[in-house]
Amino acid sequence: MSEAMPHRAPVWDFLFGRLTLDSLPFLKPDLEGRIVLATLVVVALGGLAILGYITKKRLWGYLWHEWFTTVDHKKLGIMYMILGTVMLLRGFSDAIMMRAQQAYAFGPQMGYLPPEHYDQIFTAHGAIMIFFVAMAYIVGLMNYVMPLQIGARDVAFPFLNNLSFWFTFWGAILFMVSLFVGDFSTAGWLGYPPVSELQQGPGVDYYIWGLQLSGVGTLLTGVNFVTTILKMRAPGMTMMKMPVFSWTALCTSGLIIATFPVLTATLLLLSLDRYLGTHFFTTGFGGNVMMYINLIWVWGHPEVYILILPIFGVYSEIVPTFSGKPLFGYSSMVYATVAIMILSYLVWLHHFFTMGSGADVNSFFSLTTMMISIPTGVKIFNWLFTMYRGRVHFTVPMLWTMGFLFTFTIGGMTGVMLSVAPADFLLHNSLFLIAHFHNVIIGGVVFGVFAAINYWFPKAFGFKLDEFWGKASFWFWLVGFWVAFTPLYIMGFMGVTRRLSHFDNPALQPYFIVAAFGALLIALGILAFIIQIYVSVVRRKAYAVGGDPWHGRTLEWSTSSPPPDYNFAFIPNIHARDAWTDMKKHGYRRPLEGFNTIHMPKNTAAGAVIGVLSFLCCFGLVWYIWWLAVASFVGIIVATIAHTFNYHRDFHIHAEEVREFEHTGNWQAETQGAHA
Amino acid sequence: MTVKRLRGLLLSPLALLGGCHLVLLDPSGDVARQQSDIMIVTTIIMALIIVPVLIAIGVIAWRYRASNKQAHYDAEWDHSPQLELVVWAAPLLIIIAVGAISWIGTHQLDPYRPLDRVAPGKPVAAGTKPLEVDVVSLRWKWLFFYPQYGIATVNQLAAPVDVPIRFKMTSDTMMDAFSVPALAGMVYTMPGMQTVLHAVINKPGQYRGFSANYSGAGFTDMRFDFEGMNTHDFDAWVAKVRAEGGELDTKAYDQLRQPERDAPVHYYARFEPDLYTRILDRCIDPGELCMSRMMSTDAGPPMQGMHEPPVHAGAASLVDAGKTVPAQAAAAH
Repeated sequence: MSEAMPHRAPVWDFLFGRLTLDSLPFLKPDLEGRIVLATLVVVALGGLAILGYITKKRLWGYLWHEWFTTVDHKKLGIMYMILGTVMLLRGFSDAIMMRAQQAYAFGPQMGYLPPEHYDQIFTAHGAIMIFFVAMAYIVGLMNYVMPLQIGARDVAFPFLNNLSFWFTFWGAILFMVSLFVGDFSTAGWLGYPPVSELQQGPGVDYYIWGLQLSGVGTLLTGVNFVTTILKMRAPGMTMMKMPVFSWTALCTSGLIIATFPVLTATLLLLSLDRYLGTHFFTTGFGGNVMMYINLIWVWGHPEVYILILPIFGVYSEIVPTFSGKPLFGYSSMVYATVAIMILSYLVWLHHFFTMGSGADVNSFFSLTTMMISIPTGVKIFNWLFTMYRGRVHFTVPMLWTMGFLFTFTIGGMTGVMLSVAPADFLLHNSLFLIAHFHNVIIGGVVFGVFAAINYWFPKAFGFKLDEFWGKASFWFWLVGFWVAFTPLYIMGFMGVTRRLSHFDNPALQPYFIVAAFGALLIALGILAFIIQIYVSVVRRKAYAVGGDPWHGRTLEWSTSSPPPDYNFAFIPNIHARDAWTDMKKHGYRRPLEGFNTIHMPKNTAAGAVIGVLSFLCCFGLVWYIWWLAVASFVGIIVATIAHTFNYHRDFHIHAEEVREFEHTGNWQAETQGAHA
Repeated sequence: MTVKRLRGLLLSPLALLGGCHLVLLDPSGDVARQQSDIMIVTTIIMALIIVPVLIAIGVIAWRYRASNKQAHYDAEWDHSPQLELVVWAAPLLIIIAVGAISWIGTHQLDPYRPLDRVAPGKPVAAGTKPLEVDVVSLRWKWLFFYPQYGIATVNQLAAPVDVPIRFKMTSDTMMDAFSVPALAGMVYTMPGMQTVLHAVINKPGQYRGFSANYSGAGFTDMRFDFEGMNTHDFDAWVAKVRAEGGELDTKAYDQLRQPERDAPVHYYARFEPDLYTRILDRCIDPGELCMSRMMSTDAGPPMQGMHEPPVHAGAASLVDAGKTVPAQAAAAH
């Protein structure tokens, strides 16, 4: 801290704010310093290897022109998925470190992590897994799939889409930088005061600005997607003919628009407390921590539905495809989704029944919470009846879906147990709660993301993923999940609370060792997933598929794999719900002549530039490097204004180019009938 | 009672898991026991629908596997009004049942509500005075005042069995949760605010108490012993505290409130009578402006007939208002 360095010349203080050599944990001679140093060396070597490879292969120009500046929703979708996967590795490393500490720190053995470090790890684990893994994954999926499903050529605001990605990306980088420069918040993934108010140093500020960046990115995505879905559906696709995944994308985007401003405002108030000494959430001077906790959950509870709704959409695409029949109860599914969206605003207080609200308030929130399980239960039944009288093919996406149905149903039940307010007084903040929300987030969101990756990967790249490693990944994850979290459910009943870094009761140790073993199984599941990608890329010739490898039912399967930049040479007219199945049934033949010139948005560097500037601005704010913060903020404004004067925003793909792709693209077998 | 038998059924296989006590399924205080009963009963009601669904997932997926050509295949079947009615009604009925139990239980077991029984079939006798304990959570330890006995303790709490206890709770700095799973469900403690918990312990013994809400680096060690005692032992314990304890005045409290990990048990034979109130009103040191005073100053000149709120001392009236939480904490409920 600069406070500890009184000898430093003022010019250094001006240049570097409170950033000093002491802020670099890897320079410290203790165990923690060495761990960080080793991590830094590994990350630096890995990073250098990747940068060297890119330079050697002369890929910088390709990456810049084809990816960093792209406004193509498909490429941005893929970039989100890569970001999510990289951050999954980081978030999971945190999980392994926690499991190791808790399996080890008993009685006289204090474990290898002091509380100050352990607390940073569980904070980073939660925040990264929600904001940069789960959110990146679902935004990536919606980005890739939704415009294709509704027959659009891109999203409504293509540049905004690129900008959203870079905000999210640089938010993640800010979190990663905190690992090596300074420290991280110890206030838990939601940054509860008073801990977040009292912690000195840059940790909480990294947390605040990282979330502010990604939060703004997510909000812009929400605006973008709602506009896209409402205004850009193919002719004939009424709302009640729209695929369920797109419906869930709409509801999730609506939730994002309604709730992310609350997050932004709450974190802004917290930063005013920290930077300017205001008293919104302090104990004295009229402030109140309860206000923060209410506000953060007004965002936080809808957030978990923001994550799960699109995943419900994923399952609603996969189950009909692999059962060879339409989704059972489409209307019920849509109404259930909308009901969940609305109810999710009305339940936030169930996160703190024990705060001392009266019985009437608790009862109200207890009932609203339980009511969510009704539409959710309807969804489970509908998937069940979709399989009923079907022909169920147990492909990898379907296996993940089966794992989800079993796991999530149980997670739903433990959730209703927690919603019963008198029971929650016993279970609150216990390991039972931890087991419950991992049960629904891993069993729901993560399983769904892997189902979706296996399902839509052939669409994005033109070849299927390896079955063997896909199945291996699934079984390691499924078994690993239950081995890791069953002990936590049991310890919850023993009254063991969360976030402890040390235990005095040796009888608990076997449970934690089993849980750590489960985490290792999950590690193998992640490893198998990486091997699966690698093996599939190597064997991509053998695994090549056409436009419709699964006998899909919705429009994205009517294009080639991968789809052309313009998605559809002709925007189809929609007559039925499962539009592609309907087209196939009526003997659709893809037109091969008569193409028109297609009007498309042009790539722009503005998003990448504004992204870098916003990172510099936030880094300056974290370290009190005011000149940097001000200069880069001015830079953001200038770049934004300059971008508004860029009139070269679009271009045309000529009919001849379209014709050429339509004759050479990867289509094959697009008009086979439904499989039987 | 059937719940009792169900509890036995639940506990016997789980007990084999490793000799650990599943305290949430077999607590020793009447309040926790009723909460536990509600948890078990609602889980069983939910199992009525969850278990068949889990079985149906497996059965249907297996029966309609693609390789089973025996199974009826209907590529067009995608709705059935009757089935959809069932699909909405079945979870609705379950939730009506669970919701009713939750509604009633939430009101009956409201921590602010004085107990009307100490055990099943044992109502609280008219005129019974509950044991008063004023709780302050500190970084990272627990301070317990016994105003009826004039004693205070750190990290050790004792109570006679089958006597209603009324905890009034606040915090010095952090947001903590007073949690003794064997006694009753947890309640948060917050600085400048007061929460209340009514509970009773039915079996003598030593139980684990701790903070169940993360509060920084010393949180892990923020534990205390809760001892249920018969009346005779409790009186002996009070005498012991009186004999061994020192004095808790403002100066000693300023010392005590410094952050400390894994603090030992400590006794006080005397304390400044208004200390708890001043902690709650956030005017511990002489000259500090009490929160209630500041609130009323902010609110404008007092109206006729209203008494001046206190500075530093004499805020007892606020605490004696029972459930009413002082200062701005009225917003808490």
